[in-house]
Amino acid sequence: MPPHSPAPHPETWIEIRPAGMYCVPGGFYVDPVRPVERAVITHGHADHARAGHGAVAATPETLAIMTARYGAEPEQDRQAVRYGETLRIGDVTVSMHPAGHVLGSAQVCLEYRGARLVASGDYKRRSDPTCAAFEPVPCDVFVTEATFGLPVFRHPDDRAEIAKLLDSVALFPDRCHVIGAYALGKAQRMIALLREAGWERPIYIHGALQTLCDLYRDHGVDLGDLQPATAGRKGVARDEFRGEIVIAPPSAIADRWGRRLPDPVICMASGWMRVRQRARQRGVELPLIISDHADWDELLQTFDDVGAPEIWITHGNEEALKHAAAARGYRARALALVGYEEEEQ
Amino acid sequence: MKPFAELLDRLIYTPSRNAKMARLVAYFRTAPDPDRGWALAALTGALGFKGVKAGAVRELAMRRADPVLFEWSYDYVGDLAETTALIWPEQATNRDWPSLTEVVDRLQTATRAEAADVIEEWLDPLDATGRWALLKLITGGLRVGVSSRLAKVALAEYGGVDPSEIEELWHGIDPPYAELFAWLDGRWPRPDLDDRPIFRPPMLAHPLEEDEVAGLDLASFRAEWKWDGIRVQIASRGGETRLYSRTGDDIGGAFPDVLDHVTFQGVVDGELLVVLDGEVRPFNELQQRLNRKTVSAAMLRKYPAFVRLYDILFDGSEDLRPLPFDDRRRRLERFFDREAPRRMDVSDLVAFDGHADLDALRVSARGTATEGLMLKRGDAPYIAGRPKGLWYKWKRGPLTVDAVLMYAQRGHGKRSSYYSDYTFGAWRENPETGAGELVPVGKAYFGFTDEELRQLDKWVRDHTVKRYGPVREVSQGLVLEVAFDSVHRSPRHKSGVAMRFPRVSRIRWDKPVADADRLETLERMIE
Repeated sequence: MPPHSPAPHPETWIEIRPAGMYCVPGGFYVDPVRPVERAVITHGHADHARAGHGAVAATPETLAIMTARYGAEPEQDRQAVRYGETLRIGDVTVSMHPAGHVLGSAQVCLEYRGARLVASGDYKRRSDPTCAAFEPVPCDVFVTEATFGLPVFRHPDDRAEIAKLLDSVALFPDRCHVIGAYALGKAQRMIALLREAGWERPIYIHGALQTLCDLYRDHGVDLGDLQPATAGRKGVARDEFRGEIVIAPPSAIADRWGRRLPDPVICMASGWMRVRQRARQRGVELPLIISDHADWDELLQTFDDVGAPEIWITHGNEEALKHAAAARGYRARALALVGYEEEEQ
Repeated sequence: MKPFAELLDRLIYTPSRNAKMARLVAYFRTAPDPDRGWALAALTGALGFKGVKAGAVRELAMRRADPVLFEWSYDYVGDLAETTALIWPEQATNRDWPSLTEVVDRLQTATRAEAADVIEEWLDPLDATGRWALLKLITGGLRVGVSSRLAKVALAEYGGVDPSEIEELWHGIDPPYAELFAWLDGRWPRPDLDDRPIFRPPMLAHPLEEDEVAGLDLASFRAEWKWDGIRVQIASRGGETRLYSRTGDDIGGAFPDVLDHVTFQGVVDGELLVVLDGEVRPFNELQQRLNRKTVSAAMLRKYPAFVRLYDILFDGSEDLRPLPFDDRRRRLERFFDREAPRRMDVSDLVAFDGHADLDALRVSARGTATEGLMLKRGDAPYIAGRPKGLWYKWKRGPLTVDAVLMYAQRGHGKRSSYYSDYTFGAWRENPETGAGELVPVGKAYFGFTDEELRQLDKWVRDHTVKRYGPVREVSQGLVLEVAFDSVHRSPRHKSGVAMRFPRVSRIRWDKPVADADRLETLERMIE
C-alpha cells in the first residue's frame, strides 16, 4: 500500500444488512437483532444484546449481564474487552469506551486502515453513580442513537426529579409510591439517586429486578438495603408498604401485581415522561423525567465533542436529528435500522 | 397563573374522579376573584379569545424554533400548545409570571398583531408547565381529564348546593361568574334569571341494548320516532327568543324561518329538521344549514327548517318540568293548539302492542328519516342530564361494510402519538382504465378498544408506504368492518358517497383485502 493512500471511507466497509450493522473486513455485526456468527455488543439491553450468537465480544460487565439473562451459552465463544483495551478481529481493530448508558455500556470504536468509526450504542452525558461516564472518542464517523431526537426532549436535573418524588412521599405518607423503571440500569440508578438524596429506608424491589441488582452490587455499586416487594397474599393490600418506595418493571405497575400495593401512587422514571399525554396513556400519576439516553441538546453537544465530520443515525426520531445535524454542518445519514425498540422501557 | 398552572398539571395526572374534585374544590377555596372564575370558564370551555387563533401559537413557535423541527415535534407530541411549551428555548429574565386575570383581560382586548407579542413576553418568565398552561388556556380545549360537568359538580360541592342548581343557572351567567361565586360564598342571594330566555339543560336518553328490551315494563313507556335531525330548545321570555343546540349554543341566527314566527312565551324541546312539502328530508340536507352564522334566501327556499316538538319545559313562566311525561304531553298538545306556532308540529306518539310489535316498528324505521325509536316513561319528570331508567333511544341496527385501510393519521389528546384516525376505501373499477382500485369512502376514529388501537398503531407503522406530514399511507393489507348509521350521496367526496357516524366495528385480521366490499354495495344502501 502506498504510504499516503487515503483512509477508506467507512461507507466502503460497513454494510447495513437485515441483521444490523455489519463490518465487512472484520466479519462481524455490531448489536445484531438476530443470531449471527460473530457479534460485538455495546450493552446489555435485550434489543442490543440478543441470545444465540456464535462469538461475542463485549465488556466484562455486559458479558456478565448476558449470562444473567440468557444463561452461560456454553457453545458461545466469548471475548471480554475492558474499556480502553483493543482487540483485533479480521483486519479491524476494535476498542471499547464508556458510553454512560448502563453498567458496562460501551461505544465500540472500529479502526480499519486509518479510518475510524465509533458506534456509540445508547448513551447519555449526565453523571450516573452506577456506571462509567461517557468519553468522547475522536472519529471520522460517529454512529448515534436518536431516542430523544426531537427538540421537545430536554431532561431536567435528576436531583430535582428525585426531590419531586420525595416531596410526594412526604405529602402522602399513607400511600405507597411504586416506580416503573427498566430492570437493567434505570432501576439501579433510581436506587442510587435516592440514596444520594438521603433516602435510607429499605427500598422494595419487584422480583424481576433482583438478579440485576445483585449483579450491580457484585460490580461494586452500593444500593443500600433492598427488600423483596413480594410479601403478602393475592388480593390483600400489603399495608407494610404504606409510605415506602417500591421499584418494579414498567409492565408490572399497571398490572395485577401493582394493584396489591396499598393506594399506590404510580410513578414512572423515563425520558418519555416529558410529554404529558405519554404519561397519561400509561396511567402515570407522578411522572419522573429521568433518562439513560442523551436529550436533544446533549445529542447535538456530543457531535461537537467527538468532532466527526459525519454522523450516522440508527434508531429513534432520526429525521429531526438528521435535519439538525445537517444544519450544523455535519454530513448526516439515517441508517433506517429496524428491530430496536422505540421505547426506553 | 402559577396556581392555575399547578392545578392543570395535577389534574392531568390525577386518575380518580374524587381526587380531581378535591383539587378543584381546594382551588376554588384558595384562588382569588376573578382568577377562579376565569379558571372555571377555561375548564368548562366557556373562554375564547377572538384575537388569538391556534395559528398564532404556531407562528409564535416559529419565532423561536426551526420550522422543520417544530413540525416533526408537533407530529410526535400531537398537541400544539404542549409542543410549543416544550420546544420554547428558555431565556433568563427577572419578569414575574402574569396573573390569570391579567392574561384574560389583555387577550380579550388584544388585536391579532398585539396578542402574539404579549404572549411571547409572557412565555419567557414561565417554566415548561406554566408555558403549557398558558398556551392551553389560549388555544382552548384544556384536555386535562376534567369534563365541564365535573367542574360544575366540584363547584356545587364547594358551595354546598345541588349540582342541578349550578346547571340551571349556568347558561344565564357569564364568566368570570362573580354573582355565582358571591351566592355560593353566602355573600349574595341566588341570581334571578326567570325573565330571560336562558338555555335549560335538556333531558337525554340512554341507548337501549337488544338484551335490555325484554327487561323493560313496556306498559309504563311511551314510544316516539327518533327523528334524524338535531335536538334543539326554543326559549322565549320577555320579548326575546333563542334557538339553542343540545349543548346550549345559540344557533338562532341561521334559522330565521323558525324563530321569526315565534309568538309564544315558554320553553319547548324538539328536533330541528328540513321539511319540504310536508316531507322530512334526509339529514345531509339539514347539514347544509348547520354551522353557519347567517343564511341566504336560496338556502331558506331549498332547505326550509322545521321543528318537531317533543316536550314542553315552561308554558309562559310556569315550570312544567316536575310534571310526569304524560301530563307534560297533554300540556304540550294544549299549548300547540292554543299558540299554533308556524313551521312546527308535535311529534306523534307511536302505538304498539308488546315487544315484538315494537321491534318490528323499529326495524321498519329505515328509509323514513328516523333513526329508530324513543321510549319514555309516562311518569318521569323532565330531569336535566341523562338519568337512568327513564328515557331510552332504541336505534335500528347499523349498516356495515368491509373496507380496506388506506391512510392513518395520528390522534390528539389521549391518543396523541398513536395512529388512531383511519381512512378506509372500497373497491371500484377505474372509470378510465377499467382496472380495480380503492377509493376512500370514509374516515373513522373510534369503535376499537385501547388494545386494538395499539395493534392498529403497530400495523400502520409496520406497513407504511408513504408519509405526508402527519398522514401515513399504508399498503393494501388490512380489512376493517365499518359500521355506520346511513349513507348519502355527496358530490364533495371522490367516491360520491358519505357515511353518517362511521366507526370501526371489527378488525378483520383474517379477511383478504380482495374480498372487501365494492363501492356499488355502498351505493345500494343509499336511502
